[in-house]
Order: sequence, then C-alpha cells, then structure tokens
Amino acid sequence: MRFSEIKTHLRKFRVGIAGAGGLGSNCAVALAKCGVGTLVISDFDTIEESNLNRQYYFTDQIGMLKTIALKENVARTNPEVFVIIYQKRLDSHNIPEIFSGCNVIVEAFDSAEMKQMLIETVQLKMAGIPVVAASGLAGWGKSEAIKQRKIDDTLYICGDESSEASEDLPTLAPRVGIVANMQANIVVEILMKMK
Amino acid sequence: MKIMLNDREEEFREEQMSISEMLELKKFSFRMRIIKINDILIAKDKYDSTIIHDGDKVNMLYLMSGG
Repeated sequence: MRFSEIKTHLRKFRVGIAGAGGLGSNCAVALAKCGVGTLVISDFDTIEESNLNRQYYFTDQIGMLKTIALKENVARTNPEVFVIIYQKRLDSHNIPEIFSGCNVIVEAFDSAEMKQMLIETVQLKMAGIPVVAASGLAGWGKSEAIKQRKIDDTLYICGDESSEASEDLPTLAPRVGIVANMQANIVVEILMKMK
Repeated sequence: MKIMLNDREEEFREEQMSISEMLELKKFSFRMRIIKINDILIAKDKYDSTIIHDGDKVNMLYLMSGG
C-alpha cells in the first residue's frame, strides 16, 4: 500500500490523547505525520524547562499551555490534521464526553493513579473503544525490555511494566520516545484494520 | 481450581476466591494495577466482592508512573 493511500484511510479517524507530556506530545506528532484526521488532546499543564528533556516542545514555548503549543507543533508538521484541544483535568466524568467519537484513546499520563483512572473509565464507560496505555519507561538503556502487550481487542500496554519514574530514575527522551512511538504504531495498526 | 493468569496456567487449592484473596495469595504488592476477568475490567473498588472461578482468564497489568 502506498503512503498516499494510507494517509487517505487514516484521515477518516479521530484519536484521543489523554495528556500532552512526554508520551502525548511525541505520540501526537507521530500520528500527525502519518495523517490521522483528527486528534483530541487534553491537558491542563504549562510547559516548564524541565519538560524539554523528553517532551516535544521548544525553548520559546516555555510557559505556554501544552495543548496550545502542541496544536501549533502538529500544525507545523502537518497542517491537514484537525486538532481539538481541552484544558481540562481529566476525570471519570468528563473523559466520556471529551473523547466521545474517538476511534482509539491513547493513555499518555505521567502518574500511575491517572493511568489507572483513565483505563478504568474508558473500559467501563466507553465499551469497545481501544485504549493504548504505557507503563514502565523511566531511565535509560534496556531497549530490549520495552515490549507491547495486547491484553485483548480493547487494551494494549507498551513499556517494560517495571521501571517506575523517580528522582534517581528520571524519564528521558529516548525511552519515552520509544514508548510514545510504539503507542502511535499500535494506533496506526488498529486504524488500518478499521473500515 | 485452575485459572489462566496472564496467559499462564496457575493452580490454586481454593475452589473459588475473590480478587483480593488472589492478590494476597500471590503476594502481588503493587498498588496501581488493572485487572480483567474474561476480558471484562473489574473496577478497583470491586476486588473484594468479585469472585474468580475455575477456568477464568485473568489478566493483570501494573501501572508505573512516568510519561
């Protein structure tokens, strides 16, 4: 299949991205480059200098809302992508509204509590919508430990499922980028199978 | 009873058990996890009341901070 055909197919779909940090920003850019039609991105944070070790933002964007900066960065890489943004703290009540109509949802949070909340909410309240989550990506090296695991048709997990982020084991661009792109890769795979 | 736990067969002496009991028996200690029984997600406030039966397919994943 040619890229022009892939792009035409992917243009029909809408992908939700919960969080616009290291995972969300890198995943959004990868999906935009492939030509996914619509991205729905939700985050309430602003860009800090410390984010630039892994997140897809630039020094002149420090202080901006991540959603606004990411919309700008997506437009700079592929202006054909339609980007809908929400400055919301996501919870079990607003997730079904914000991501309604999405064909796939990417879990792109930093905290384990939020990851669990999002997966639970989508699985319980948005039956049938696949979630592509990430767990275990802190530190460096050990690329071979990073895997993807399909639990069933509606739940996928990417990461080593063991490296927890901490002060002594920070998240860094290479492993976060691997996992974010792995998530994007699964999203593309799911969408390519959809009619 | 026998269950499939993350695609591996596991045998327990108990004839049935709650999710909380299984977590205790297996000494699973991580706090943040997702559990699905026969492809249905079980909310974390239902771990005490949800019973695992012989032949069930149980999938579990740990959620680690970082992203």
